[in-house]
Amino acid sequence: MEHVELFFKSIFIDNMIFATFLGMCSYLAVSKKVTTAVGLGAAVIFVLTVTVPINWLLDQYLLKDGALVWLGPEYADYNLGFLSFILFIATIATMVQLVEIVVEKFSPSLYNSLGIFLPLIAVNCAILGGSLFMQSRDIPTLGLALNYGFSSGIGWFLAILAIAAIREKIRYSNVPAPLRGLGITFIITGLMAIGFMSFGGMLTGGDEKKPAQETSAATIKTEQIQKENTEETATVVSVSEVSTLTKQ
Amino acid sequence: MALLSKKDSRLILDPLADNNPITIQVLGICSALAITAQLKASIVMALSVMVVLAVGNVVISLLRNVIPGKIRIIAQLIIVAALVIIVDQVLKAFAYELSKQLSVFIGLIITNCIIMGRFEAFALANKPWRSFLDGIGNAAGYGLILIIVGFFRELLGSGTLLGFKVLGDPIAKTGLYAFGYENNGFMLLSPMALIVIGIIIWVQRSRNKTLIEE
Repeated sequence: MEHVELFFKSIFIDNMIFATFLGMCSYLAVSKKVTTAVGLGAAVIFVLTVTVPINWLLDQYLLKDGALVWLGPEYADYNLGFLSFILFIATIATMVQLVEIVVEKFSPSLYNSLGIFLPLIAVNCAILGGSLFMQSRDIPTLGLALNYGFSSGIGWFLAILAIAAIREKIRYSNVPAPLRGLGITFIITGLMAIGFMSFGGMLTGGDEKKPAQETSAATIKTEQIQKENTEETATVVSVSEVSTLTKQ
Repeated sequence: MALLSKKDSRLILDPLADNNPITIQVLGICSALAITAQLKASIVMALSVMVVLAVGNVVISLLRNVIPGKIRIIAQLIIVAALVIIVDQVLKAFAYELSKQLSVFIGLIITNCIIMGRFEAFALANKPWRSFLDGIGNAAGYGLILIIVGFFRELLGSGTLLGFKVLGDPIAKTGLYAFGYENNGFMLLSPMALIVIGIIIWVQRSRNKTLIEE
């Protein structure tokens, strides 16, 4: 149950792009076409799934307050937390490099489709953000950390896919000249983020204090239905926004 | 600007308007948007980025002939990470409340695209002094947008600026609130940052037609 809850929470409620704006740079730069967006999205899912659990292990056995206690009781007072930025980013950079080499060796076709995006990913805020949020939210087990990495990746993937599809369509609309390209993308993302906010409170029933166990399969089902509805509304809203702007 | 030659002063002034990192180059939006609900946080974020970018640019520029091309990304990341740790520790020591509020976003300066972008595009090919100016200029352009967004979001969202109640007291109904004015709580939510930036881009590009895309 814990897993299912975290899964849906990180995809919809804490969506990397719409709730915390992580990875906006590549989100804006690579969302002109659906095919490239899918490539980058897949690469992000992959790298997040790999790096978040590794950084969880680092955090648990090296960085946390008193994490070094496994070396012996005299190390119990050490807190290496200030080193987390440098260790996390080093892990991410090395993992990206490693993944690139491994993928190139064993699956050239996947490498060709992901290839150019992999180096970009080392500096994608979503990846480091995933690890830092994992640390600040105190994710308790390795399994949950893996789940968190994977589902945040899916959330990011969904977001970039949606915006790429909208941007492909919007090319045929008459957007006011100064808003064309970047401006309208910002505004659409804002509206989509407002749409995604309607997921907030869905898992907790609107009350943070209630125990998490109340989440039943029914809630999740409703959430999925709601999700479809909201995504539709988000698109409709942005389209109607565009048409109002065009009229002006 | 007697201290700087004309070419050098362009390095600082260009990123403020026509080559702004956020609205034109689309860099560094990642860590910027979520913290602009208050003016104070925006200013602190802008200053932190300025320190990291200016110092980082100088360091990279000094090392530009030493760093091997193949592993330069990792070398750059390590330098930025070290600088960000210093900034983070200083903030924790002197402004603990604020650093709690900025939470992971100080750490995310590391992957702020402006920093990597300027390292790659400028510091790796230029002398330290010019790199320093470029760093200051770009961070100022970034900070300017952050402060504009923070100003409007705090003013319209909670009716305060830097914590001072400039529009009167909403509970005692003084100032503007006496005439039935209400705060727009929506401005405090993160999606509005995107929309405010969209509007800034709109205004900027209507004033300068050469910036319009396609």
